[in-house]
Amino acid sequence: MEYIIILISAVFVNNIVLSQFLGVCPFLGVSNKVGTAAGMAGAVTFVMALSTLATYLLQYYVLVPLGIEFMQTIVFILVIAALVQMVEIILKKISPSLYQALGIYLPLISTNCAVLGVAILVVAKEFTFGSDPHMLNLAQSIVFTIATALGFGLALILFAGLREQMELSNIPKPFKGTPIALITAGILALAFMGFAGLV
Amino acid sequence: MSKLSLITKGIIKENPTFVLVLGMCPTLGTTTSAMNGLGMGLATLFVLTMSNIVVSAVSGFIPGKVRIPSFIVIIATFVTVLQFVMQAFTPGLYATLGIFIPLIVVNCIVLGRAEAFASKNSVGDSALDGIGIGLGFTLSLTVLGMVRELLGSASIFGIKLIEGDGILVFILAPGAFIALGYLLVLFNKLKAKIS
Repeated sequence: MEYIIILISAVFVNNIVLSQFLGVCPFLGVSNKVGTAAGMAGAVTFVMALSTLATYLLQYYVLVPLGIEFMQTIVFILVIAALVQMVEIILKKISPSLYQALGIYLPLISTNCAVLGVAILVVAKEFTFGSDPHMLNLAQSIVFTIATALGFGLALILFAGLREQMELSNIPKPFKGTPIALITAGILALAFMGFAGLV
Repeated sequence: MSKLSLITKGIIKENPTFVLVLGMCPTLGTTTSAMNGLGMGLATLFVLTMSNIVVSAVSGFIPGKVRIPSFIVIIATFVTVLQFVMQAFTPGLYATLGIFIPLIVVNCIVLGRAEAFASKNSVGDSALDGIGIGLGFTLSLTVLGMVRELLGSASIFGIKLIEGDGILVFILAPGAFIALGYLLVLFNKLKAKIS
């Protein structure tokens, strides 16, 4: 039950792009075609799940026991950057076809603030549903991360569909490009506000 | 390039928000009021200037292959310094800006200036460039914050201008996208008129 609540809350109610404003750059940058958007969503899900696993373990088994929580920002970003590099190398060796599909998005991901953002959120978030509030445990963290990544993918693919349509319509000159994309994203965010109160 | 134009170019010609459309996450996420926008802008200005200075000073010793990771470590160090300073002196603002302070590390403006400008120019010029781009970012965040605060809670910098509540949606997430979208339209329109 609690996993379903985490899932719905992270995908719809607190959508990472449309209500938390993380990962807006790739959201605006790689959303011109549905196919590209799906590739990016896959790559982000994969990297996010791995990096949160790594940073969660580091936080509770290294940083907290040593009392150096202030090193969080530096340690997390280094781990994520190294992980992305490693994933790239391993994928190239083991599964060239998957590398073909995700490869070009991987370098973009290390500067995607959603990945670092989720890693920080997971260790700072209290799970308030049910009897007593407690910090997320490892399983809940992973579910939360994957759900967040799915929410990112959902927003990205929906938005790419809208932008494919927009290519065909006649848009006033000052609105062309980013402005109309932002306004559309705003309307999409309005629609997602309808999910508030669902959990 | 003259010293003055290094500072002023960030404000209009190479404005990070309205022209280059970089660093969208903090731009949208922290501008619920003019004060928050100003705070976030100044925080980024600090990290940008300091990291530009250090990157420019040490870039001669760093091998090309480990350039980017080294820049990230330098930036992350200054973000950690900033976190300490803000926790000590402006705990309220630090709590409001929340996750967006550590996320300055992955702000593309900061890494972009380190790679594109500071690693190729002198320390003095890099410092001025950091201040200029930082000021441009601060200015656009403050303007967006003012617009959203005016529409959303009918006040500017916390001073109530009109009695009543304002349109709440401009404080919430959708309002951020829509307000920035229309500001960009206005900016494009003005630019077309001038040229």
